[in-house]
Amino acid sequence: MSEGQKDSRAPDDARTPTPARSALSSHRPDRSAPSATSARDAHPSHLLLRLLVLLLALAAWQLAADAHGSVYFPPPSRIAHRAYELWFSGPVRHLFLTSAAFEDVLPSLGRMAAGFGIAALGGIAAGVVVGRSRWAYAVCNPVLQFARAVPPPALVPVLVVVLDFGTPMQITSIAFSAVWPVLINTAEGVRNTDPLRIDVAAVLRLGPLERLRFLLLPSALPRIFAGLRLSLSLSLILMVFSELLPGTADGIGFTLTDAQSRSDLLTVWAALLLLGVLGHLLNTALLAVERRLIGRGRTTP
Amino acid sequence: MTLRLDALGQRYGDHLVLHGIDLTVPDGQLLCVVGPSGCGKSTLLRTVAGLQPASEGTVTVDGTPVTGVPDQLAVVFQDYGRSLFPWLTVRDNVALPLRRRGLARAERRAEAERILERVGLDGAGCRHPWQLSGGMQQRVAIARALVCRPSLLLMDEPFGSLDAQTREDLEDLLLEVHRTDGATIVFVTHDIDESVYVGDRVVVLSPGPGSRVVLDLPVQLPGKRDQIGTRGLPEFVELRAEVGRAVRGAQGYPTG
Ligand SMILES: Nc1ncnc2c1ncn2[C@@H]1O[C@H](COP(=O)(O)OP(=O)(O)O)[C@@H](O)[C@H]1O
Ligand SMILES: [Mg+2]
Repeated sequence: MSEGQKDSRAPDDARTPTPARSALSSHRPDRSAPSATSARDAHPSHLLLRLLVLLLALAAWQLAADAHGSVYFPPPSRIAHRAYELWFSGPVRHLFLTSAAFEDVLPSLGRMAAGFGIAALGGIAAGVVVGRSRWAYAVCNPVLQFARAVPPPALVPVLVVVLDFGTPMQITSIAFSAVWPVLINTAEGVRNTDPLRIDVAAVLRLGPLERLRFLLLPSALPRIFAGLRLSLSLSLILMVFSELLPGTADGIGFTLTDAQSRSDLLTVWAALLLLGVLGHLLNTALLAVERRLIGRGRTTP
Repeated sequence: MTLRLDALGQRYGDHLVLHGIDLTVPDGQLLCVVGPSGCGKSTLLRTVAGLQPASEGTVTVDGTPVTGVPDQLAVVFQDYGRSLFPWLTVRDNVALPLRRRGLARAERRAEAERILERVGLDGAGCRHPWQLSGGMQQRVAIARALVCRPSLLLMDEPFGSLDAQTREDLEDLLLEVHRTDGATIVFVTHDIDESVYVGDRVVVLSPGPGSRVVLDLPVQLPGKRDQIGTRGLPEFVELRAEVGRAVRGAQGYPTG
């Protein structure tokens, strides 16, 4: 659609080597999908501004909490200190991580990685199948829309009955909740492959795997990542949620309920802080992968 | 390769696009197909390429009925921007058709570079299509079509959206390729001048619905074709007028 016009506006003087950055800025994310951080956000003055707002918010929180003096709302300095004590005051050879960090964070991350990994691979594979076949799409679409509309945590009680408490149930909850956005977005992306390019692939007589590798996946990639971003945040939600249930002995969610049962509110807040930081880091990592894969010269919708 | 259309007809639902097309393109001929927009030229090429089955009649290539995409066939599409894969470099785009020939990676690359040089794009292999001008992109598409040495080449208004200078350069590139490779070429255009300049033969289609062949004209021009000399020849002017009359007549304008 718009790509033809965009291409024809490509610089006529092709001798000047185009710097790598222009590849980045030429990537326009799908308007219907939640957009990745745009190039504008990376501008130094925006970075400074964002840092300033963050610091102001922290300062306000600190002052308000100090003035109030409530045990339920400790100031951020004390929360940060508790987090440091709990997880980041370990020996150098463990990258300053304490053994509690390994016990609390690693099981959580492991379950999340397993659930998200299953959701991503399964969602992309099923999405390609559904998106390739008009028939499969027509048949599956209502089911998919329904599955997506169910609030994911509502599934957990069902899975508890089926699988009982424990890691398999937790991983299944994560995978089963996170699979729908990837699946739906992949199917949508594959289905919207330019029909002319499908003709090109037919005329070049590409085999099914080559068609997948050189046409369907690359052209659906922006949508696939839109789905992955949604799935990642769902995975984090479900990771914590499934750890809040009884039958859990480790993980950040367990730390949360455990500290709560001991009325250790400082640790509760520290765990929340840790979750926020983790979520942000995971998101940033996914965005970096996306930039690497799509940034290079993608102009496709 | 000899291409033969017998009573070919094509319809979309109730809408009859082509009807009763009989045409034989002998091996090595460069046939130009001219016709008003919407008369079914692209549909004709898609049918020959085996991308859609004929509703009526048959298409045969060297005596074999076309059911899928024939071997040894290549297509250059009008919309170069969409027909190239933007996520691949120019070289990988051009090397893509070589995969099914089972060549090693290094051989594919070398072959792609060789063809790129031939279409005047040496050194552009590592760039991406969207970094090139329209004319260069269409050269990439031509290189991709030529890389498997097709014996039947279909081109759908390939130069339609290029500026005059680029267009003339590419017309001459096409003539050079045809002289040396000798493939059978079906070249669709809506430009009457271009059809006479490029073609060994020009076929005019009537406007739809139910387009037919209204003129089938061999083009004989003295000497090697060149942009300025050839277009000034009295023979060229006469042929162009004849094609023009057929296109206009077919469109229902007074022919006198
Ligand atoms: N996929 C399609 N479905 C229905 N009608 C079509 C389709 N493709 C083309 N047509 C119709 O067929 C006619 C011929 O189209 P086309 O072959 O693209 O003409 P041309 O290439 O000569 O401009 C047009 O009237 C067009 O609207
Ligand atoms: Mg057309």
